[in-house]
Amino acid sequence: MPLIAQSLDEALAPIAGGRLLAVPRESSGVAMAATRALIRRGIKRLHLVTLPTSSLQADLLIGAGCIETLETSAVSLGEFGPAPRFVAAILSGAIKMRDATCPALHAQLQAAEKGVPFMPLRGLLGSDVLAHRPDWKTIDNPFGNNDPIVLLPALTPDVALFHAPMADRAGNVFIGTQRELVVMAHAAQRTIVTVEKIHDGDLLRDPRLAAGTLAGFYVEAIAVSPRGAWPLPLPDHYGIDAAHMAEYARLAATPEGFAQYLDRYVYEKRAA
Amino acid sequence: MGDTFRDEELLADVICRLIGDVRHVAVGAQSPIPATAALLAQARGGGSPYVSLLGSRAHTFFTDGARELFDCAGQGRVDVFFLSGGQIDSEGNINLVSVGDYAHPKARFPGSFGSAYLYYVVPKVILFRTEHSRRTLVPKVDFVSAPGGSPGNVYRSGGPIGLVTNRCLFDFDRARRRFRLASVHPGHGVAEVIDNTGFDFDRPTHVPVTPAPSAETLALLRTTVAPMLAEVYPEFVKRVFNVPAPSP
Repeated sequence: MPLIAQSLDEALAPIAGGRLLAVPRESSGVAMAATRALIRRGIKRLHLVTLPTSSLQADLLIGAGCIETLETSAVSLGEFGPAPRFVAAILSGAIKMRDATCPALHAQLQAAEKGVPFMPLRGLLGSDVLAHRPDWKTIDNPFGNNDPIVLLPALTPDVALFHAPMADRAGNVFIGTQRELVVMAHAAQRTIVTVEKIHDGDLLRDPRLAAGTLAGFYVEAIAVSPRGAWPLPLPDHYGIDAAHMAEYARLAATPEGFAQYLDRYVYEKRAA
Repeated sequence: MGDTFRDEELLADVICRLIGDVRHVAVGAQSPIPATAALLAQARGGGSPYVSLLGSRAHTFFTDGARELFDCAGQGRVDVFFLSGGQIDSEGNINLVSVGDYAHPKARFPGSFGSAYLYYVVPKVILFRTEHSRRTLVPKVDFVSAPGGSPGNVYRSGGPIGLVTNRCLFDFDRARRRFRLASVHPGHGVAEVIDNTGFDFDRPTHVPVTPAPSAETLALLRTTVAPMLAEVYPEFVKRVFNVPAPSP
């Protein structure tokens, strides 16, 4: 049975330095309260994989010095501009970068989910994304004739971490239509989820809910964290906090401003 | 008509015409003007084509997570997609990654997103870049996120059909891998386009002026499309259409 943790820190205990951590895109449910807790814990040398992009979460972790390697298709604050700490870290060489493309990350996690060593993907040939990925290989389609195709190795995260609307007491997690969260959880060794609330009842009993549910079988630990995606959105529950994102973009433009942001919103204010 | 319009409205109208009569238009991240054009096409078509806006709950039929778009495109079920670039070059190569040497870049963009796949498999890819300058339209990109064309043995059912900028519309000739000036937007000129383009392109003797959006189109944009866009692009609709953002 998944652990229903008493605190964020208890749930997050398996995320140690040096681990391969997988997190979802901004619109799918990002565990931001948990991310702030990881930064407070001073976690280092994470290998962060984003499925398939990231915004504030990656930028915060990079700026706080938690990331050694970043594997992503893009990091940006969207309407609020470039991700300043990501850009600074790439320009200074502070992190190792593995540039990917969205469907490649989906395919690599799907390979891990199926327990197969690789997945083929169209496109990529002639792209410098492929040229800079010695771990991706091109073969001639064995079922075709002079048809080159790229193979991507399975990617197995040590931990997948995301935020969802609710979980029941058996640790089943309602994820709605954000099915990439299911793929992440299936692929990862361990999955840690923060939720808005605990649902009284069994999510797997009601077929309307079961179709949008990740079974507790795949879940290691759950922590209740109301508004746990803030300032990012949680689909169907709350939108992005635009004023806060604008403030972040302004502050994070300089190292001093970023330090102020951390003091104000990460170290001073305890997670909700 | 004589109605005044904003650049974004003109560009959405141009892109809407390029979309044409298709079944499914998908719009990726950070693409407010293409999203405007796709919803305009749908509003004009009385609900057709299908429109999938990345990051939207209201404007998508996907229920199988973020990968469904790519699986759909791989099967040829996405007819139109939009890509941009920090740099775009004469052969339609796009760069969403960095300027200078990749290992020690001078500037860094967000990343390639889905371009290194979608550029190959979506039949009509419309390139858009609102900053038309020698900085963005370059002879050769520093990093190829996705190439404009591929050798004959590379599986490629898609690619660029044109490039829309704040100054003009280029068509793309896939066989010759070259851009051709198709029209210049009202208030802009051919000499200005040449001055601000870092690569060579073809052009007819007489270059037409891009038609201004009709009063009917502007009304549709402002009353029907703008409120629908606010879900995904609240800052954009506030700035362009003066529609207040939905409360979080």
